[in-house]
Amino acid sequence: MESLLNIDRLTKTYGSLKACNNITFDLYPGQVLGIIGESGSGKSTLLNCIGDSLEIDAGEVTYTNSNNETLNIKQIPESKHRKLTKTEWGFVQQNPHDGLRMNVTAGANIAERLLNVGIRHYGNIREEAKYWLEQVEIDTNRIDDFPHTFSGGMQQRLQLARVLVTKPRLIFMDEPTGGLDVSVQARLLDLLRSLVRNLNLSVILVTHDIGVVRLLAHRLLVMKKGQIVESGLTDRVLDDPQHSYTQQLVSATLIP
Amino acid sequence: MTTPELTIKQPAIDLCDDTLLYATEIYKSFILHNQGGIKLPVLENVSLEVKAGECVALTGISGSGKSTLMKSLYGNYGIDRGEIWVKHNNNWLDLAQLQPHEIIAVRQETIGYVSQFLRVIPRVPALDVAAEPLLELGIDIDIAHNKIKHLFSLLNLPERLWQLSPTTFSGGEKQRVNIARALAVDYPIFLLDEPTSALDTQNRQVVINLLTEKKQQGAALIGIFHDEEVRDKLCTRELVFGIN
Repeated sequence: MESLLNIDRLTKTYGSLKACNNITFDLYPGQVLGIIGESGSGKSTLLNCIGDSLEIDAGEVTYTNSNNETLNIKQIPESKHRKLTKTEWGFVQQNPHDGLRMNVTAGANIAERLLNVGIRHYGNIREEAKYWLEQVEIDTNRIDDFPHTFSGGMQQRLQLARVLVTKPRLIFMDEPTGGLDVSVQARLLDLLRSLVRNLNLSVILVTHDIGVVRLLAHRLLVMKKGQIVESGLTDRVLDDPQHSYTQQLVSATLIP
Repeated sequence: MTTPELTIKQPAIDLCDDTLLYATEIYKSFILHNQGGIKLPVLENVSLEVKAGECVALTGISGSGKSTLMKSLYGNYGIDRGEIWVKHNNNWLDLAQLQPHEIIAVRQETIGYVSQFLRVIPRVPALDVAAEPLLELGIDIDIAHNKIKHLFSLLNLPERLWQLSPTTFSGGEKQRVNIARALAVDYPIFLLDEPTSALDTQNRQVVINLLTEKKQQGAALIGIFHDEEVRDKLCTRELVFGIN
C-alpha cells in the first residue's frame, strides 16, 4: 500500500520554542491517525502546519493527489495549495464558528465549496447539499436555516457535510467532539466511523480524549513538548504503552 | 514511500504445510516507568506452533502470562524478542516486524480475536457492532446482516435486542455479540480469551459446536478456557504456563 501523505522531519518554532520538533510519519489511504498529547504539546500546531497554511521552519510535507502527482505541499504555489484545501482536503475545526459561515444558511455553507470549484447549476447544488445533510443526519428541512440556530452537535455535522461535498480524500480534525455532551459525541463518532469506511477517507485527528482515539483511530502518535514520544497501532499504544509519558496519560484516564 | 522490507523474511525452519502460526522464543516484559521503573518479566522463551484443525489450550495459574501471550499473538502487545510467524494470504509474515497498517490487514483477514469483554459504542445496534468486521472486508451490508442474524439466532440472542446498542446488555448477551462478531468471518486463526465465561450450559454448547465446526474447516484455535468441559471437548493439546 502506498502512503497518501508523508511528513518528513517537520520543525516549527516560535522564537526559541520548538512547537514541532523533527516530526516524521506517513499516512495511508483509509486510515485514521490520532494525535494525542496534553495542551501545549504541539499537536494543533502540527495539524495547522500540514492541513492549513501555517509556515514551517524545516522539513517536508508530501502529498500524492488524485491524479497520482506527488506534491511538495510547502513549495507549491499558494493558489494550488488553496485549491487543494478546498477540494481534496477538508478541515473540521473544534469551534464550528471557525469552520462555518454563521451568516449564511446551512445549504449555502455546503454549496460554497462546490461554487469554489466552479459548479454553477443551482438545482444540482441544492440537491447535492440535501444529500450531504442527509449523510450527516441533519433534517433536510433545515437547509435554509442559519447555523446559529443549530445545536453544537449539528454544527459539527454541518461542518462535516460542508467538507464532504467535494469528496475529499484527506480530512484534518481538531478536537471535533470537544464541547459536545457525551450522547451527541457518541453519535458523531459513529457517523465518522461509517463515513471513513464507506468513503475510504484518511483522517488526521487531534484530540486529548483517549476514548475518541480508541474508537476512531487506527494508529496513534503521542506528542509531548513538540516531539513524538511514541507511535503505533492505537490499541497497542494504549494497552502496552512504552514511554513514561504515555503510561502516565493512559493510567490517568478514567475509562481507558 | 514503500514499506520497509522485513529483516528476517521467513521462518528459520521448514514448517509443515498445514502450520498456520509459528511463534518462537517470545520474550515480553513490562517496565512501569511511573512505579520506579520496575521491570516485570512475563514471557520468557515461549514457543508455539499451531496447525490447521488444532486447538491449543493455554493453561496455568493466573498471572502466568496466558493473556499476555494471546495479546502478543494479536499484536496488541509488542514483544521484546522473538518471532511470530503467521500465514497470511499464503505468505509468511512475522507480526513482530510488521507496520501498523500491515497488522490491521492481518487482523482483518487472518486472525480473529474473541475477547472477554465487548467494546461497545453507545448508539450502535448489536447487529452493526457484530457486522463490522464483515463490512471492513467489503462484504455487502445485507449479506453481512443475514450472516450475523443467523449466528445471533443460533446463540439464542433474543431478536428484540438486535437493534439495540449492547451498552445495556448483560455479560452473557455481550459475550454472544462478541462471539458472533468474530465467528462470522472465516479467519484461519482464532484467538479465544475465555469465550464462554459468562454463558449458560445451553449457549456454551452452541459455542463448542461453532468452534468445532471452525476446527473441522481447518482453522487453528488458540485459547484460554477456564471451563474444563469446553477445554476437554475442543482442545487437542495444552501449553502449560509456569511461574518464573
